[in-house]
Amino acid sequence: MGRGWAIAVHGGAGVDPNIPSQRLEEAKKLLARCLNLGISALNSSMSAIDVVELVVRELETDPMFNSGRGSALTEKGTVEMEASIMDGPKRRCGAVSGLTTVKNPISLARLVMDKSPHSYLAFSGAEEFARQQGVELVENDYFITEENLGMLKLAKEANAIVFDYRIPVVGLGLETCSAGAGAMESTLQMNGLPLSVYAPETVGCVVVDDQGRCAAATSTGGLLNKMSGRIGDSPLIGSGTYACDVCAVSCTGEGEAIIRGTLARDVAAVMEYKGLPLQEAVDYVIKERLDEGKAGMIAVSSTGEVAYGFNCTGMFRGCATQDGFMEVGIWE
Amino acid sequence: MGWAIALHGGAGVPLSLPPERREPREAALRHCLQVGVEALKAQRTPLDVVELVVRELENNPNFNAGRGSVLTTKGSVEMEACIMDSTKSCGAVSGLSTVMNAISLARLVMEKTPHIYLAFDGAEAFAKEQGVETVDTSNFITSENIERLKQAKEANRVQLDYTQSIQTDPTKEKPTADGDSQIGTVGCVAVDGKGNSAAATSTGGLVNKMVGRIGDTPLVGAGTYANSYCAVSATGQGESIIRATVARDVAALMEYKGLSLKEAAAYVVEECTPKGTCGLVAVSATGEVTMPFNTAGMFRACATEDGYSEIAIWPPSTQN
Repeated sequence: MGRGWAIAVHGGAGVDPNIPSQRLEEAKKLLARCLNLGISALNSSMSAIDVVELVVRELETDPMFNSGRGSALTEKGTVEMEASIMDGPKRRCGAVSGLTTVKNPISLARLVMDKSPHSYLAFSGAEEFARQQGVELVENDYFITEENLGMLKLAKEANAIVFDYRIPVVGLGLETCSAGAGAMESTLQMNGLPLSVYAPETVGCVVVDDQGRCAAATSTGGLLNKMSGRIGDSPLIGSGTYACDVCAVSCTGEGEAIIRGTLARDVAAVMEYKGLPLQEAVDYVIKERLDEGKAGMIAVSSTGEVAYGFNCTGMFRGCATQDGFMEVGIWE
Repeated sequence: MGWAIALHGGAGVPLSLPPERREPREAALRHCLQVGVEALKAQRTPLDVVELVVRELENNPNFNAGRGSVLTTKGSVEMEACIMDSTKSCGAVSGLSTVMNAISLARLVMEKTPHIYLAFDGAEAFAKEQGVETVDTSNFITSENIERLKQAKEANRVQLDYTQSIQTDPTKEKPTADGDSQIGTVGCVAVDGKGNSAAATSTGGLVNKMVGRIGDTPLVGAGTYANSYCAVSATGQGESIIRATVARDVAALMEYKGLSLKEAAAYVVEECTPKGTCGLVAVSATGEVTMPFNTAGMFRACATEDGYSEIAIWPPSTQN
């Protein structure tokens, strides 16, 4: 009933233009690898909901982006992860927040959807559910990388919320990590910070399978140096993640702006209520719903299209459709 | 145009409500409406008004918010709330067990942090930092709710209300109820004479819910929403309200399809959520008010500047 499968993955919107080229290459390799994983699964008729979980698990397990292992650290130096998943047919959904020992948050979100009477579990209740379900658990420090520890230290010195934990400490000019006026003069900013110290790298995947079923999944460690207990857009259905009969969407960027704009739901609402096709809906929402906020998103439609959009400098992404189209990109 | 206010004390009302259970709730609705109306007449902002009214509802043990919150499966209280105004500033909290007024903490998250949503230990720590009123968690627990939890456990299900019309939805969530169930969530929406509006919702959640379960109330776009078109506060079965992004959709239908407030709200309640799961109150920027629900009843009240006011529980009588 569908018009061919389509898939998109992302590793965060908001990329420093001066990002070292080695990092760029590693990111592109990871995106391509995840895309290919999804493509193989789709070619063997795996359902959309299974594919998005599979791909996001891969992104969580790799320490490159800000999810699972490699998550950004809270102000306490710990990791608190969150994720959500949504199945377009019937709009079933599952979400988790405040995870500290669950190796793959997206899989726990899936279990909330499939095996609990609820849609969203958080903190110790979610961890307890994880134990009951027998999912793989690890110590919190499994998720913590050297780089993130360095970035947290930097952020605390700058006394600011920092998003990009991958910029190496060596080579970072003092003026770009200072919270003083000098840092604010940079024209490229997100959340009030220069882009050289900020780049959110939430991960996500959206898929429409060969039956026309859409699904979306998003996972993150959240903001570097966030207050413990802070929940962002990624686990919020309608904000960071959404899927229904017409499309599936996963967002990344300034969490608070995405929540205010109920970004993921708005793409579908604009398609349903204004009759816009997918790419126009994505463009409309990015343009009209973000106000001062910076964010990006990937989306697929039930008719086999794929689209993405962002209003900041770059978004790590990859997309592919059944007719052979495949692309990994970072800049416009 | 003029000001308007509406508030609710929960959708899903027992089919028979004896006077001793009905009268205190009606009196509370009357009192809270008056508090809100006076505040609007005194030119308080809609944000102040909705916070004020919801605080009153939280303090009243007859509703499922603050004192009188229903209990988790462990017999504990986990409260959540969300507040939003038409500039789209918003704040939300979940997993509170000692904070007297969750809605006020949500407002502090909005105004005093760079974040929108804080939960559990982090939210409680923030509450301490802010010096908000906290009490021992036992203060929120009423004997009625202990009894409800017992009944729910005996029936081995998560309770919503008496409503019989529970669809045979194959999902495990079976929000049926036997025995009196005080569903709840409380909420308030208000608009001033200039088109500024705000929404606030607060709840203890579902009886016998899993520890850590978050419902629709604190999710912007699900249980609570406000923008330049309208302000909405929803109540009912959380999982259905989340799936249907109820509060956001009312505004989206107005904006994207040009529906009126009443049409948009009726559509969302009747077509987008299963029967027996949803009710809402909403005001538009132009001073209209609507209070639709698809449950047996909804504790509600509203008033508009032109002198109209209403306090009700059951559906309005059908008119042809």
